[in-house]
Amino acid sequence: MSAQAETPFPPGALEREAETADTRRRWLLSLPAIAIIVCAAAGPLLVMVIYSFLTPGDYGNVKWEFSLEGWMNTIVQRDIFDDTLIWADAHLSIFWRSFSLSLITTILTLIIGVPTAWFVATQPPGRREFWLFLVTVPFWTNLLVRTIAIQELIRSEGVINLVLLKIGIIDEPLQMMFTDFAIGFGMTYVYLPLMVLPVYAAVDKLDFRLVEAAHDLYASRWTAFRRVILPLIKPGIIAGSILVFVPCLGAYVTPRVLGGGKNLMFGNLIELQFGAGRNWPLGAALSLMLMAAVMVALIFYVRITSREKADG
Amino acid sequence: MTSQTAHAEPAEAAIADTTAIAVDVDRVSKIFRGETEVRALDDVSVGIRKNEFFTLLGPSGCGKTTLLRLIAGFEPPTMGAIRLGTRDISRLPPNQRPINTVFQNYALFPHMSVAQNIAFGLEMLGKPKAEVQRTVDEMLRLVRMEELKNRRTSEISGGQQQRVALARALAPHPEVLLLDEPLSALDLKLRKDMQIELKRLQHETGITFIFVTHDQEEALTMSDRVAVMSAGKILQVGRPRDIYERPAERFVANFIGESNFLDATLSGGTVELAAGGRFDVRVPEGVRDGAVSVLVRPEHASVRSGEAAEGETGATVENVVYSGEATVVHLRLATGEAMKIRLANAPQGGEAPPQTGGAAAIRIAPGAVTVLKD
Amino acid sequence: MAETTTPTPTETAAPALTAPRREPRGYSVRSLPGFAVIAIFTFFALYAPILILVTYSFNAGTSLAIWEGFSLRWYYQAAANEAVQDAAIRSLYLAFCAATIATVAATMAALATTRTRRFPGKTMIYALINQPLMIPEIVTAVALLIVFAAIKVWTGHTSMIYLIAAHTAFCVPFAYLPIRARLETMDNTLETAAQDLYASRWLTFRRVTLPLMWPGIVAGLMLAFVISLDDVVITEFVKSAGQETIPTYMLGQLRRVVTPEVNAISTVILMAGVILVALFFRLTSRRR
Repeated sequence: MSAQAETPFPPGALEREAETADTRRRWLLSLPAIAIIVCAAAGPLLVMVIYSFLTPGDYGNVKWEFSLEGWMNTIVQRDIFDDTLIWADAHLSIFWRSFSLSLITTILTLIIGVPTAWFVATQPPGRREFWLFLVTVPFWTNLLVRTIAIQELIRSEGVINLVLLKIGIIDEPLQMMFTDFAIGFGMTYVYLPLMVLPVYAAVDKLDFRLVEAAHDLYASRWTAFRRVILPLIKPGIIAGSILVFVPCLGAYVTPRVLGGGKNLMFGNLIELQFGAGRNWPLGAALSLMLMAAVMVALIFYVRITSREKADG
Repeated sequence: MTSQTAHAEPAEAAIADTTAIAVDVDRVSKIFRGETEVRALDDVSVGIRKNEFFTLLGPSGCGKTTLLRLIAGFEPPTMGAIRLGTRDISRLPPNQRPINTVFQNYALFPHMSVAQNIAFGLEMLGKPKAEVQRTVDEMLRLVRMEELKNRRTSEISGGQQQRVALARALAPHPEVLLLDEPLSALDLKLRKDMQIELKRLQHETGITFIFVTHDQEEALTMSDRVAVMSAGKILQVGRPRDIYERPAERFVANFIGESNFLDATLSGGTVELAAGGRFDVRVPEGVRDGAVSVLVRPEHASVRSGEAAEGETGATVENVVYSGEATVVHLRLATGEAMKIRLANAPQGGEAPPQTGGAAAIRIAPGAVTVLKD
Repeated sequence: MAETTTPTPTETAAPALTAPRREPRGYSVRSLPGFAVIAIFTFFALYAPILILVTYSFNAGTSLAIWEGFSLRWYYQAAANEAVQDAAIRSLYLAFCAATIATVAATMAALATTRTRRFPGKTMIYALINQPLMIPEIVTAVALLIVFAAIKVWTGHTSMIYLIAAHTAFCVPFAYLPIRARLETMDNTLETAAQDLYASRWLTFRRVTLPLMWPGIVAGLMLAFVISLDDVVITEFVKSAGQETIPTYMLGQLRRVVTPEVNAISTVILMAGVILVALFFRLTSRRR
């Protein structure tokens, strides 16, 4: 083709100008949010990385001397030759409690959450909103308040013991508070909506003609559930599992209220280092460990949901 | 930025000298860079005259809407210039161009009443309240929506929304009105009414209309001139009748109306069909003597039963399809070429159309043969 | 689409038909045996503890176990408690400041990151905005403790600014969520139309974009407000001496002898939460 001499601008220049201006405008608009989050959320996390390599101060805080002690004290648990063996046991059992309780909570929420989500999603449209609302309300109400409600229920003088005593099943109150059971029970209660909501979304998207096709091809209800429905809502189930597992792993309030001072979880162990433990570098290192664990779970989650998007 | 126009067709340029140009699209290209590069407009030049009802016609994805968006200023061109008269407007944002758009989905503001929608552009131009009021009333009258002025836009029908969108775009009295398939959401009856209504509005307001559609019938009935587009290029610009009867290319002929393409040999100003018959033709620029492809519209030929006589072409009837006002006869010529001919239906009892399987004689009207460029 | 017939599981002995069993009436592939029972149990389990808590807040006696008659005694006591009053005012003030700032920032960010091509840095901005959602609260709390403690020592300044900053940061993603959702359902051509009708960028925003996204903004504001009011972990670690909010006050009370006063405060928070969530639901589900 002949030259584009008549064009009053070089090829593509107007588009580039517009794009540059657009990008600049979008960055400027995002700036306040970015500034707030960098100052009061993301930035401090980076500072914490530095703190994890310092020496604990005598009355909390840190001395500005480089040290690997903070990280050692978390990793050392597996090192039998180290003389901090006793501490290692305590950490190890806390890690294990965090992991196992999170897993149990996830399984429990699965068992009751999936049928609940199914129930809500298969309601006629008018009623569905109402049931969904009932699931969502606890989700947005104060976590501490909900934990207190569980405490009311399982205390020695709580409603459960009261009823059991009255019926005569037990002679003296069961000690439920300050046990691992209390923590698991409380977390199941508190995080249940996080399971129901994504599973609901998956069931809601389910094409019921596929289920009808399965029935048409001689599948019983349970076979249809196992062979057709379950594989189709699996992404929602995995999403829900991770959404429950992750906050359980980092839970602080529920184990503190229901587990008391002895049954610590990861979050409480971290707090301990900034309180009575007076070992900020260890606390920082533990925090970063927790963060890493959560990140792994979340990356898993993102990969699953993006694959789900690609499929649908 | 030297010469003013660089129009593709010489005929075009000749007329452009005498008539003022409203919108001058000068060698415009638009390339969308995504995962793959899409050349939505490829070196397009066209001059749209003042007070003209100009239609961009083409299948979806041909670039007609992109061209409209470029003229409106919603997107910058990759190359080329767009002028309003002689003024280059490539750098003007849409709110500084005296051009308004009627959107395909109308884009009426849902949080405003009918009247508020129509007043919007005038208010943005900073017109005094009294004038805004007066113009809004005038527009409501123009599109016959006086009684519904205080309704919300969600409370009126599709056809009424369409009229509000028109009134809103006309209210600031733009130099050019762009219409992006505005009738596509309406049902057939309403669409016919609106076609007439649009013509009337264009006539009354004297504004240049640029209309985008993929509906060839709409384009032919409404336009002063039509530009047929395909794959980012303008293939032909002309009056509806020229486009229909003298299409330059096979694509244009195929896209507009039904066509028979026949092999022929051109020598001088005459073609000889492979199937037989000589015709005087207008030879388009760039076509040399030799083998060519010609177009015969199905209604520009007639057919009767029996053997071919002098000036007729023999064929076999393959199928006869009755379709209300016409009967289409599908024929096979001696050369093996297929041809269909549309016969207007006479009242019953008149001459019967040829029967399937029988021999037939085709007579092509003089002047019905058009030589195609490709 | 959804059927209107009531889903009654007809699991009664179906006649042994030969070919595919299409049960006559009320058969629905949507009902799975036992699921409804579990679901009803779940809803019971979700609300029973809350209802018990609310009930005991009206108990006339000091005991948390034995019902001694209806009384508003604990509400009066909580309301008269200066520490509670103080914490309540601080909570509301904090939530108001944090939610407002967060909503403004989130609105701007939502405008910047929705309805756009991929622009350089988009993913990063998006990740940053959602960052507070992804990190366990305790980790953020500890990190803030470290940094703010240093700043407090360095400047000697211990006002509410630290709490407001911390709350604003974790409120941003919550405010962002409904605003973004609203923007994504909005018709882009409306703003194009406004510009076509001679509206400048600012006027387009004020006359078209803002009115249309308003429900999303209000929803975001409410959500941020609730989230700030509820927070206990970050507040606990960031607050300076004498900066108790209602949740941290309650957490402190739990260590001592528990009286129904805590139940009364919980009930008030619950009610406020339910009302706000109900409003939020109305705002986001109503499509216009």
